[in-house]
Order: sequence, then structure tokens, then C-alpha cells
Amino acid sequence: MQVNDFLRYTINGVRAQRLRSFLTALGIGVGIGAVVLLTSLGEGLHHFILAEFSQFGTNLIAINPGKVTTHGISGALVSNVRPLTIEDTESLKKLPQILDTVSVVQGNAAIEAGSHQRRTTIYGVDASASRVWKFAVATGRFLPDDPPRAARSFAILGSKVRQELFGSTQALGMRVRIGGELFRVIGTMESKGQLLGFDLDDAVYIPASKALALFNRESLMEIDLLHSTNSSSSVVAEQVRKVLAGRHGSEDFTITTQEKMLDVLGGVLGTLTIAVGALGGISLLVGGVGILTIMSIAVNERTGEIGLLRALGVGRNQILALFLGEAVVLAAIGGLAGLGLGVGGSWFVSLLVPALPSHTSWGYVVSAELLAAFVGLVAGVLPARRAARMHPVEALRTE
Amino acid sequence: MIHLQHIERIFLVGDEEVHALSDVSMTASDGEYIAIMGPSGSGKSSLLNIIGLLDRPDNGSYELDGIKVSELDEQQQAEIRRHKIGFVFQFFHLVPRLTAFDNIALPLMLSGIKQEERQVRVTAALAAFGLSNRAGHRPDQLSGGQRQRVAIARATIMQPSVILADEPTGNLDRSSGIEVAEILEELNRQGITLIMVTHDPDLGRRARRQILMVDGRIEHDK
Ligand SMILES: Nc1ncnc2c1ncn2[C@@H]1O[C@H](COP(=O)(O)OP(=O)(O)OP(=O)(O)O)[C@@H](O)[C@H]1O
Ligand SMILES: [Mg+2]
Repeated sequence: MQVNDFLRYTINGVRAQRLRSFLTALGIGVGIGAVVLLTSLGEGLHHFILAEFSQFGTNLIAINPGKVTTHGISGALVSNVRPLTIEDTESLKKLPQILDTVSVVQGNAAIEAGSHQRRTTIYGVDASASRVWKFAVATGRFLPDDPPRAARSFAILGSKVRQELFGSTQALGMRVRIGGELFRVIGTMESKGQLLGFDLDDAVYIPASKALALFNRESLMEIDLLHSTNSSSSVVAEQVRKVLAGRHGSEDFTITTQEKMLDVLGGVLGTLTIAVGALGGISLLVGGVGILTIMSIAVNERTGEIGLLRALGVGRNQILALFLGEAVVLAAIGGLAGLGLGVGGSWFVSLLVPALPSHTSWGYVVSAELLAAFVGLVAGVLPARRAARMHPVEALRTE
Repeated sequence: MIHLQHIERIFLVGDEEVHALSDVSMTASDGEYIAIMGPSGSGKSSLLNIIGLLDRPDNGSYELDGIKVSELDEQQQAEIRRHKIGFVFQFFHLVPRLTAFDNIALPLMLSGIKQEERQVRVTAALAAFGLSNRAGHRPDQLSGGQRQRVAIARATIMQPSVILADEPTGNLDRSSGIEVAEILEELNRQGITLIMVTHDPDLGRRARRQILMVDGRIEHDK
């Protein structure tokens, strides 16, 4: 039997029961589709987050108050945690490998300009923030290098806040009121868009010491350090740990290196991918059972045809191959439909949410299709073997 | 040439042995026309199945055209069925989803014969059996007589030396039955050995040789 005839005959068998075949293939299709869609999004997310994080450089270290242990955060609630202070930042700045430091305080507050008012995210930072975080101002300038404890009341507006408060009028040099205190606007930021649902433009930057006072806090929320690329983050992290532990008397803070964060992130996304894969595996299993059922029914219904084929000189092995072929064709059609669903779906999602890029790798697509065909093959074995083992006389007798 | 010697076929039904065939010996020369008759359950189909290599005897030997076919394995027997034997069944056994053309082409396709040659041979067969204008019809769009003609066209498309027909007219009205019998007889006149099981005495009488079976034995052979 020629290959194209073999295919034609098996596809014909699948087509003869359109609705039934469609529903069975759908089982496989949904499984493959879900896996392709979710992994495409997952992979896209991975690329995206990686790019977002490494845009700050990988030589970034963050320090947060409280020690993260395997038991969870024993954070600010515990009384023996000393606050992270601006002085801590200053002392770390003196370390030779540290290029730059940023004290960070964050909170929400109302900002007023004339009759306009808006609640927004306030970032208390240093002049260095624009360098370390690679922020660019659109107009004016970022915070000046004032002494950290005696910083002047200047504010930099995110593009959205600027738009909301001042519209098309000049913002530079204007006075705004944040939590009752007056600040002078000396710069506005370029639009940065959204990161995972956070509007980066809905933010105002003021000096860290002012933010501490505003939110009535003792402790910074984070200290960011930029270290030279000559030394590894773990070595620098160790020195930072020594200095801070010396100042605090104990290790009541958590140091996170960018490298480690990327590792953790990679781990989380890896686990997510495995979970999605497992889900897809289950739906493939269900789809496989569907194919097994339908092929068993087909073998029953076509007993007479099997007898006829035997009478026409078809051997047992060829009967086996024909029915296995049909199961594989069924599953492969489902797989193709699933690929269509998955690729189309991720394209659709990227249309709806442009910020969430999807990334479908061809190697993945090919192996998903092969997997579908393999599921069909395995599911087809039992019914096909039953067909091959039929006695031709018995098979011909059923009508 | 078909040469059967001391063929036994025993079925186990529960604990009981049913002797479908006991000590059947017969020889059919090339080009013979044989009708096998006998009461229901006398072993006619069992005999035809063994001649057609669809079933194996429990005892005895079978030689077809000088080959000891009872000693061949399953695959080799399938080869012989494909090339030497054509079957015609009471219930036609057409593949319902295939057209008349594709049903007739089925043995050619299964043997790997190329599309162009299939086209030529099947078109000729359709014409020979008066089915040219039914080539694209599926079995459920054909009359009983037409279905059986498609089945006969399929049985002869590989140019077998033997045609085995188990009650080929059993499912047809009188005139279609006679028409089918005449087609088979015409094939026989062209040299094909024709062995036909029938309940119909009139049809049986048309054969040059009649075998009467009773209780799994050949009672009468003339
Ligand atoms: N698979 C089987 N299992 C058990 N007994 C069988 C089997 N096939 C045939 N027999 C028995 O063998 C005997 C001969 O059967 P066979 O079908 O050859 O008869 P037949 O002459 O063709 O009858 P009919 O005219 O009704 O078709 C019968 O008694 C039947 O019951
Ligand atoms: Mg019978």
C-alpha cells in the first residue's frame, strides 16, 4: 500500500464520522492549545521580566529591613529590628565597590496643585535614583545632590501626575502641596508605561528625608546599591552585611542581589511552566482516553470492513497499522487545531494586552504536535490490536 | 487447482464438539463451476472459508495450484488470498463510506498499484459490469443488484483464479439474482474457477457439478 493511499484511507475513516471525530480531536486540541497558549505567555513573560529587571543592570543590590528566614518574614513587627536609616545608606556609600546608593521610602499621599488634587504613589529617594534606576527627566532636572538630612522640598512629577494636575500648562517651578507640605516642581519624568499593572507614571519623587517625615516613619523601606561590575554581587553583599550588622548589632535586614532575584524569578517561572505542562498533560491524557474510546467504537462498527479487508488479502499487521494510523491522524488533527488555538490565542492576548508579550518557539510547536501524535499512537494500540486479532470469518459474519 | 484431503473442522461450543466438517476430500480443476448445496448448518460456509484461506482446518491438507497452503503462515496466506481468490458475499460487504469506484479499486490500492493504473482498470471494470454511470455513488445509493455487481467487480479486479461466492443471490430478488448468476457464469466461461454456495435448487442446477453436503460431509458429488 502506498503512503498517500494509506493516508487517504485513514483520513477517509476519520472524515466519515465528522462530528464524532471533531469532538474527539477537540479533546486533544484543547490540551495542546492550553499548553501552547500558557507556555507562550509564560515564556513571553519570562523574557519581558528579565528585560525589565536587567534594564537596571545586574549589579544592583537591595536591602530591606527585617530578616527573611525560611519561616517567613520576621519583619518590622519584631521590636528588636532596628530601622534602616539614611545614615546606614551614607555609611554603605563609603564602601569602595559601591558606586551609588539610593534610600527609598514609598507611600500613598494626596498631591494638590491649585484646585486639582490626586492620590498618587510618593517615592522618597535620593538624587542618585535617576542614575541607579536609569530614569530620565523629560523637562527640568531630577533631585539635586543636597545633604540627605537637609534636602530641599523639591518634587519631580511622573508624566501622568503632571498631566492630571497641570494639563497642558507649565508645571516647572510651580508649587504643589503633598500631605500638607509645600514642594516646588523642578522636573517631570518621561512616560514609562506600565509594569505588570503598575502605572509607573502615576508617581511623584521627593527627597527621602521629606518622605520619612511625611509618612511619619523611622525606617527606610529599601536601600538600593549599585556596585562596580569588577566585583561579584555575593562578595559585595557580604561586605554590606558586615557593615550593617556592625551598625545594627545583629543581622536584622535582608540583602537581595539582582542575580539572586533573577534566579528566584527563573525558578518561579520554571515551576509555573511545569505546572502548566502538567495541566496540559492531564488534558492530553483525557484526550487520549477519548481517542481510545472512539477508536474502540470504530473497530466495533467496522468489524465487517475488517473482515472484508482480511478477505482481500490484508494481513494482521496492516490492519494494525491502518487503525493505529487512524488514531494518530485523529490526534494529529486535534494537535494542529490546538496549535492554531494556542498560537492564535497568544496573538489575540498580545493584541489585547500589548504590555504582555507572547513568545512561541517553533521547537515547542513541533514537539507539541509530535506529542499529540504520540498520544494518538498510544491510545490507538488497544483498539488497533483488537482489530488485528479478529478472526476474519467472525468479522465477516457481523452485519 | 484445488485439492482438499481429509479436512476436519471442529468448533467447541461449551463442552461440546461440533464437527462442521468431517473428513471432507475434494478436488476442483481450473475453470470448474461447482455449486455447493445442502441444509442449513451442513458445513457449506465452513468449507468455503477453508478453501478461501479465511479459516484453517483442524486436520487434513489443502493444496492450491500446487502450493501446500495449509502449511503457510498468516501473512503468506493473505498474499495468496490477495492474488488468487476473489470473494462474493451474501451481504455484499461494500465499504459504506467509499464510492463504487473506490470499493472496486480497494484491492488494487491495498496492493500498492499506482493511481493511473487503478484508474484504467477500474474504469474498464465499471464498464464491463454496466456500472459506468454509478462510479461516484456510495453503496447506500445503489440497488441490491448493483451492489452485488460492484462486489463482483471488486472480487475480479485482481484477476483471481478462483471466485468463492457464499449465497451471492441470497439477498437479491429473483431477476437481480439471475442477472448476478449470469455475470458469475460469464466469468467462469472466461476461465475462472467458480465455487458457489446456494440454497436455491434452480441456481444449483445451472452448475456443471453439484456437491451436496449433509452434517459436515460430502453426501453427493456429481
Ligand atoms: N464459529 C463457530 N462456532 C461454533 N460453531 C460454529 C461456528 N461456525 C460454524 N459453526 C457450526 O458449524 C456447523 C456448520 O456451519 P456452517 O456455517 O458451515 O453451515 P452452513 O452450511 O453454511 O449453513 P447455512 O446454510 O445456514 O449458512 C453449524 O453447526 C454451525 O453451528
Ligand atoms: Mg453458510
